[in-house]
Amino acid sequence: MSISTNQALRFARQYKLQWEPTQNAYVLLYPEGLVKLTESAGEILKRIDGNATAHDIISRLEASYPGADLQQDVLDFLEHAYDKGWITNA
Amino acid sequence: MTKAGSPMPDAPHFPPSADSAPGPLWVNAEITYKCPLHCVFCYNPLNYASTFDKELTTDQWLKALREARELGAVQLGISGGEPLMRDDIEVIIAEASKMGYYVNLLTSGIGLTEERIAAFKAGGLDQIQLSFQDSTKQLNDFLSSTKTFDLKLKVARLIKQYDYPMVLNVVLHRLNIDHIGQILQMAESMQADHVELANSQYYAWAFKNREYLMPSRGQLERAETVCNDFRERLGNKMKLYFVVPDYYSERPKACMNGWGSVFLNIAPDGMALPCHEARMLPGLTFPNVRDHDIRTIWQDSQAFNAYRGNSWMPEPCRSCDEKEKDFGGCRCQAFMLTGDATNADPVCNKSPHHSLITHQVALAQVLRAPDDDVRPLIIFRDDRNSRNLSQE
Repeated sequence: MSISTNQALRFARQYKLQWEPTQNAYVLLYPEGLVKLTESAGEILKRIDGNATAHDIISRLEASYPGADLQQDVLDFLEHAYDKGWITNA
Repeated sequence: MTKAGSPMPDAPHFPPSADSAPGPLWVNAEITYKCPLHCVFCYNPLNYASTFDKELTTDQWLKALREARELGAVQLGISGGEPLMRDDIEVIIAEASKMGYYVNLLTSGIGLTEERIAAFKAGGLDQIQLSFQDSTKQLNDFLSSTKTFDLKLKVARLIKQYDYPMVLNVVLHRLNIDHIGQILQMAESMQADHVELANSQYYAWAFKNREYLMPSRGQLERAETVCNDFRERLGNKMKLYFVVPDYYSERPKACMNGWGSVFLNIAPDGMALPCHEARMLPGLTFPNVRDHDIRTIWQDSQAFNAYRGNSWMPEPCRSCDEKEKDFGGCRCQAFMLTGDATNADPVCNKSPHHSLITHQVALAQVLRAPDDDVRPLIIFRDDRNSRNLSQE
């Protein structure tokens, strides 16, 4: 299944995103595990709030990083996060 | 989908951290060794009863958790014994959650009332793992030596009602593994989301009872077939993990992702340990969280540095190209079976002691099916046995 760009996204139950100063990174927490996110993965996932769609997230990122063509990379990553079960449709 | 698991906690799903990690990522708080159950495969130390009058206070727990959190710990397991035997876990859960821990409660469910689960939810508890001994009332009650089965079903319903995923742990062994189909049916009817069917690992009480608990190869194969059928039928609705005893492997488990790498266990008496079983190892002085802060314990103590990295390894581990992958296996298993904790875990077929494992496995093939005759020989985890065994 793939992500619809017009549907709001949220974290799956049991997944929590958190900034960890000691790791200088966002981490995604789930039962008895964690994923340390790269800077760009963190920038994408921190914009997931239960209301924003993939389309919104791309526009907001492009506003923060003017001139960058992020569409495909962001979609690919959101797809990956969706397949991993980290995020789901709100 | 096979992973190392219960009754020890899962192998951490963490990336191995560098030797220089400032602190643990995962803290397991063994809040008390008191327990209403008497499970024959319990991994608590044999002399657990000696901790009863030395348990940490609420404030001592919170201080240790705060120190670990400041060093970067994010996962917190609250286990025991039965953690619900303490009346302060509501406070500990709420405070730990505020500190930013992902909090997981590991419980038999005994003592979990609606009032308590509501308080846990309000305090931010992230997950509950419920353990079952078996699917049939009779065997569940026999193995845990108490009458608890109906109560657990009630608890399973509460867990769902409070919108937690239903995570079910059933420890498998020779006496219950043939019931795996019924166990999975029970899990399905409880709408379990995750089911972990892990064979007991042979430490502590399970080591004492090892020959009664180790299944035969035929039992394992039949059980795996049943698991695969369920997986096929239920797909993603119920995630199912089946774990065979490591004695059936030829390479050791990557125990704790390496000694002093990600995991810190704090025992009820405040003893800081690199794993649940390490207390048994000779020549190490384990620091206590009452006397030292977590930073000193993790970074500077002799005990946490003893088997960190790989410079301590003798052959065959020293020159082994898999030493970074499995860290030579489990120090406690090496000590229990060979008398020397620096030896390779004898599960490894490169170990000169591997025959200690294959001998036990061979024995498990010829032992007759357990029946009522062997039951009196099994040693239950209870306070009287614990006190007797600590004299040995």
